[in-house]
Amino acid sequence: MIELILRRLGGALMILFGVAAITFVLLYALPADPAVQLAGRSATAQTVANIRHELGLDQPLIVQFIHYLGNLVQGDLGRSYTQKTEVMTLILARLPATLILMVSGILVEVAIGLTLGTVAALNRGGFVDRLVMTVSFVGVSAPQFVVALLLLYVFAATLQWFPMSGFGTFSHVVLPALTLGVLGAGWYARMVRSAMIDVLNQDYVRTARAKGVAERAVILRHAVPNALLPIVAMIGIDIGQFMGGVVVVEAVYGWPGIGQLAWQAIQQVDIPIIMGVTLISSLAIVIGNLVADLVAPLIDPRIRAR
Amino acid sequence: MTHWLQRTALAGLMALTPLVALADETPVKGATIVVTYKDDIATLDPAIGYDWQNWSMIKSLFSRLMEYTPGTADLVPSLAESFEITPDGLTYTFKLRKGVKFSNGREVVASDVKYSIERAVNPKTQGPGAGFFGAIAGFEDLSGGKAEGLSGIETPDDGTVIFKLSRPDATFLHVLAINFASIVPKEVVEAEGQDFGKKPVGSGAFVLKEWVIGQRLVFEKNPSFYVADTPKIDGFTVEVGQEPLVALLRLQQGEVDIAGDGIPPAKFLEIKNGPDAADIIVDGEQLQTGYVAINTRVKPLDNVKVRQALNMAVNKERITRIVNGRATPANQPLPPLMPGYDKDFKGYAYDIEKAKALLAEAGFPDGFETALYASSTDPNPRIAQALQQDFAAIGVKAEIKALANANVIAAGGTEGEAPMIWSGGMAWIADFPDPSNFYGPILGCAGAVQGGWNWSWYCNKDLDARAIEADSMSDPAKKDERAKLWGSVFTDLMADAPWIPVFNERRVVAKSKRMGGPGNIYIDPTRVINYDAIYVKQ
Repeated sequence: MIELILRRLGGALMILFGVAAITFVLLYALPADPAVQLAGRSATAQTVANIRHELGLDQPLIVQFIHYLGNLVQGDLGRSYTQKTEVMTLILARLPATLILMVSGILVEVAIGLTLGTVAALNRGGFVDRLVMTVSFVGVSAPQFVVALLLLYVFAATLQWFPMSGFGTFSHVVLPALTLGVLGAGWYARMVRSAMIDVLNQDYVRTARAKGVAERAVILRHAVPNALLPIVAMIGIDIGQFMGGVVVVEAVYGWPGIGQLAWQAIQQVDIPIIMGVTLISSLAIVIGNLVADLVAPLIDPRIRAR
Repeated sequence: MTHWLQRTALAGLMALTPLVALADETPVKGATIVVTYKDDIATLDPAIGYDWQNWSMIKSLFSRLMEYTPGTADLVPSLAESFEITPDGLTYTFKLRKGVKFSNGREVVASDVKYSIERAVNPKTQGPGAGFFGAIAGFEDLSGGKAEGLSGIETPDDGTVIFKLSRPDATFLHVLAINFASIVPKEVVEAEGQDFGKKPVGSGAFVLKEWVIGQRLVFEKNPSFYVADTPKIDGFTVEVGQEPLVALLRLQQGEVDIAGDGIPPAKFLEIKNGPDAADIIVDGEQLQTGYVAINTRVKPLDNVKVRQALNMAVNKERITRIVNGRATPANQPLPPLMPGYDKDFKGYAYDIEKAKALLAEAGFPDGFETALYASSTDPNPRIAQALQQDFAAIGVKAEIKALANANVIAAGGTEGEAPMIWSGGMAWIADFPDPSNFYGPILGCAGAVQGGWNWSWYCNKDLDARAIEADSMSDPAKKDERAKLWGSVFTDLMADAPWIPVFNERRVVAKSKRMGGPGNIYIDPTRVINYDAIYVKQ
């Protein structure tokens, strides 16, 4: 087990290096010049040159990259061009909000998805099944922006059950989590449904039923646990995705997560922030998958952690 | 439809006039207000901050030798008690106000002024405003890294600062009023290093109490601020990360007092025609001109007749309708509020036949193909499309390249790259209310360089010489003569047609009903929102 974790973390380092290199090259290949952007319209050519020099942008790409890696190894992500604050500080300040939204969003989508998927599988081909599949299809295709604004308008602006925006209390997290959950639940419902149908057709389920085990027990003890496996993998992917920030949901609800930081940084060509967020979210994807792989054997002992 | 729109816009404007008249409102004491923005506040370091969100906050956190009367472009001494200018315009002597303290309790002295301005110029600060101080003796040495300070700033005693200039600069008092000339305490700047922008210490009307990254900034009144009855509120909280649409909803419910990003275009007419329009919309002129830069170094736009024809092809009235009438058609680079604006100048009237004739004269009877760059943020692509249709009417096929601002700016600053650029979304408010600020960087030879902002790559040595002449007239008595000379620079350059001046856009801010005061302190020509002057009424 420990060997697996170490091996995977080693692989993660390679992935991070690759991500860093590719992002770095892409960012510097952009025509936009951060120094010009920072200096603004009234700056003289001398000012722009000075800023470029102070930021080290006048050095060859490879020198800049080695410099960046050198700092990265020491845990230094550099300072934002526009804010001058350390990128690590900016990311850490937004990490709690991102984590809270990630966990609550996943809880909601799993809860809804699991329930709907199971119900649909048990009513396979029936009205409920078709209804669930239609609803999940709508959920999967609905744009985040529309759903977020709709929930906000109904539950915050009109009914005033929840605050319209911000962060800090439980009631703040309800609508953002619901938006993510409702939209993500469709995937889970479909996945659970097909996994359940698959499991319900297995011999051991038929055996259990044949020996007179109550249907409730058949489903809860035999079917559901075995259908969970793909769900765990999906959660692993979602962890990574949500850690990278959910730009639209964060924007609508004024949620101070990493997505907003990244979005603003891209518009301002704030390369250190873009690099930092990209690395942190790649790390999250790697870790999310690793966790999913470690959990899988606990659910299904047939899978050996390898 | 046209007339209806114009009438509504006019009615809206007229409904706002009572605001300016300011009946008998009295500011409520002890009030605090909430302001929202979509983006994070970048930095509150006055030597670095240079966007329209942090600009007004930095104004209120720090003080400067010179300041403007709220809502106007009138310069008055601020941290300076008085000043004298020698007749040659080369020496400025300031007497400092006594007893002014930084929010850390230390008194502001002359050496702080010297330190602050040297810091703004020092390349290590990475400040965008260094060039403004170019007239101070010793500037080249400090900015070129050959000296540590500015030899042109002397401090004979704690209450006196003397500036020696290497050339007369009629804008120098304005320069001392811009944010980059804000006074900062050396010991705090050195202790905080690059974090000073997050933990600013100044001697302005407000003090930054708390900054929760990504969430809010809390400003509190500076109880010992040296301007009487200022500020008029006890504090303001800036909430960031707020989607403009949501901010507007919150404003209508009374949770927010100023929606800093204004009213999204999609909501504008609904709000404008709503019952509260007069109370919540502040619509004011600003020092802004939206223009198409025509690259004078790209064929066939290097032909002046072609550029004149393009000028005549644009239906500016129609384009102002795309921004819901929140703009007035322009015919010259200077906006109407700017000294030197020539209200008798006619420019190029909209005339398709004449434009076609000019194109034919230039040797392009069937038009030609070119490209028009524009910012990809709404409404700029729509404006670019309107321009494209106008150009098509005279046979010019312009391909639209709608890109992120940074990429448009990069293309504009690369010689021979962008044939035409629509400036919307990138041309921001003037740094100070003086016509010279509209010339050098965007129309003068100095800006026609790699990475520059003169996207027309227009360089007229004669006009540059006249610009220098105008900026040498630093005697305040010659103010009008100077404005006239400047005005002629802008109207004369229109003969070469490096720009199509399209419109002067008004700024719109949404405020809650309880906010009082005239519109021009919410759209202050030098500050955007003037936090020192706004107040809560009732």
